[in-house]
Amino acid sequence: MKTNVLKKKLGGNGFLLSVTIGMFIAMYIVGLVLFQDQGFGTMQTFFNMLIDNAGLIIAAAGMTLVLIAGGIDISIGSVVGLVCMMLADLMENKCVSAPNAIAIVLLFGIVFGAAQGWLIAYLKLQPFIVTLAGMFFCRGLTAMISVEQIAIKNPTFLGIAQANIKSIVGATVNKRGKLLYPFVHPNVIIALVAIFAVWYICKYTKFGRSLFALGGNEQSALLMGINVRRTKFYTYVLNGFLAALAGLAFCLNTTSGFVEQARGFEMEAIASAVIGGTLLTGGVGTVVGTFFGVLIKATIETFIRCDGTLSSWWNKIVLSALLCFFIVLQSVFVIWKSKKKKA
Amino acid sequence: MKKLHFKNIVRMQLFLPLFALCLMLLINVIITPSFFKVSIMNGVLYGYTIDIINRASELIILAVGMTLVVASSKGTDISVGAVSALSAAVCVRLLGSSYDAYAVPLAVAILAALGAGLLCGAFNGFLVAKLKIQPMVATLILFTAGRGIAQLISAREINGVMVPGQILYVRMEDYKRFGGFLPHVVIPTPVFIAIGFVLITWLLLNKTALSLYIKSVGINQKAGRLVGLNSTLIIFVCYMFCGVCSGLAGFISSSRIYSSDANNIGLNMELDAILAVALGGNSLGGGKFSIAGSVIGAITIQALTTGLYAMGVTADQLPVYKAIVVVLIVAIQSEEFKRWKSLYRIHKMAGKGVTE
Repeated sequence: MKTNVLKKKLGGNGFLLSVTIGMFIAMYIVGLVLFQDQGFGTMQTFFNMLIDNAGLIIAAAGMTLVLIAGGIDISIGSVVGLVCMMLADLMENKCVSAPNAIAIVLLFGIVFGAAQGWLIAYLKLQPFIVTLAGMFFCRGLTAMISVEQIAIKNPTFLGIAQANIKSIVGATVNKRGKLLYPFVHPNVIIALVAIFAVWYICKYTKFGRSLFALGGNEQSALLMGINVRRTKFYTYVLNGFLAALAGLAFCLNTTSGFVEQARGFEMEAIASAVIGGTLLTGGVGTVVGTFFGVLIKATIETFIRCDGTLSSWWNKIVLSALLCFFIVLQSVFVIWKSKKKKA
Repeated sequence: MKKLHFKNIVRMQLFLPLFALCLMLLINVIITPSFFKVSIMNGVLYGYTIDIINRASELIILAVGMTLVVASSKGTDISVGAVSALSAAVCVRLLGSSYDAYAVPLAVAILAALGAGLLCGAFNGFLVAKLKIQPMVATLILFTAGRGIAQLISAREINGVMVPGQILYVRMEDYKRFGGFLPHVVIPTPVFIAIGFVLITWLLLNKTALSLYIKSVGINQKAGRLVGLNSTLIIFVCYMFCGVCSGLAGFISSSRIYSSDANNIGLNMELDAILAVALGGNSLGGGKFSIAGSVIGAITIQALTTGLYAMGVTADQLPVYKAIVVVLIVAIQSEEFKRWKSLYRIHKMAGKGVTE
């Protein structure tokens, strides 16, 4: 009986999720063994991973929603870049106060998401084409605002960006014998709240459940009486908002606006979601898995940084290879499942 | 009778692409009156139109490859730009930067570039055809990793250590000929390469049954298989072909600047190629395709690009306009839009009926 339950859990999407979590733990242990002298095991290293990837966590959560609904959004990288540039430009050149600037970019995210959502849901265009156009549109718009790098010097914004929130546990003693508490910046808090909200939406709201139904089979979702178009539309609106929020968290980390910023971000978000067990065919996925996907990506980054001799281009190549591996795994998994169903 | 005739012309597949091209040329003439002026400078032809045909060569080659991919698999290959950069890096790295001789024969380097493209195409094709992954997601892998790999290939020895991410140069004079001009020929070489390539492709497709096979697989993969076509193989071959196209385009681009710049070769080319295919009257939903349409589409895009440059738009800002054009074309092509149009027509006819 017990094995039956276990089998059921592992047989479904739980299998892909457990592969991810197992992989993360294995990688972390390898890191502990290889780079122990560089402080890999400290709490602060882990928190730094979160600080550096707060934006990605939010963006990947949004991407998970879109993927569950059976769509895709490759515009988020340039939305993040554009949001950073808008924040920098609004605060430095247009003298807008920090809260207003943040409100403007979040509103922009919603409007942009709504525009893409309308094209995809109501005109029934392929999500990939629409968001590909959106990607180039935002990147071009960023260049229109400025091709120079703008550093943010707004005191309120920097205050938020650099505030330390200390954790009581996991303190380490440095060389001078001073007790150091590990800390995170507020962007991590934003990311954690966002990912919790998305998890809650997926699990406990009507919208979340119809999302899964829609991704599993659009036709039967329609027959069940779900408003397919509206659900799709709202998904992209929510994703647009999350992309803008991700841009904010990203900007809190970099505190500048630059055209080349966040290039390839969409790929990292998709990779994180896919590594976390979200099926590209839609209908299956969890935000928890996505969170672990981001952590795996962060661990690879930390590896490459600790090693010191490898070029930063390896980041992208390793991540792509990992994405490829998981996509193939999924595809084999789906084929195997459909064969089993037939038998 | 005359009205019917006009309607027939309008309904031809090539009408819309040609119309778009003429419109674009007209706008260009209005903005820059000297648009059609062609003069001879330094012994070669010089002018806006020559520039457009010259610069459109790579795009034409990419668009032909993209057309087959779209037709057979209902998806697009977004890795073409990155694969071009990769092939260029392979070619230039092999040739070396000596002033006296190539490190390897030129033909070998060119074949290696095409081979690199073929390999990337095969990788994409395997994922799409065999593992049935959505084309855009499968090609997204190389879209991101391609430039990274190209950077690693573009390594140069500095103080005894190989440093990746460099811009490599080819210093031999005759390497420039492929992207520039052959001696005593007034027309740029890329134009010849593009024409030759399109001709070969056209013959290959239309003098064999290949064109028919690709169309039938694109329209209905299952039906294609049931009538005895190897759908998987056909899609796989289309992706490989697209890879070779990317390789050739990358080679021409690198010859133009006699160096390999992994960051900028083929940048934003994927959007241009998709745009060319869509503008050529090909449905992005697969099935029927027209190579001629895509070629005209590619020239139109290049005319648009040149026109925008003439208006003082910078390269960074170009994607904004192109993105808007893409969305408009795809929206007009969409089934939903056609449904709305026909609903509107019925509505209008019903209104007429009431008044009469």
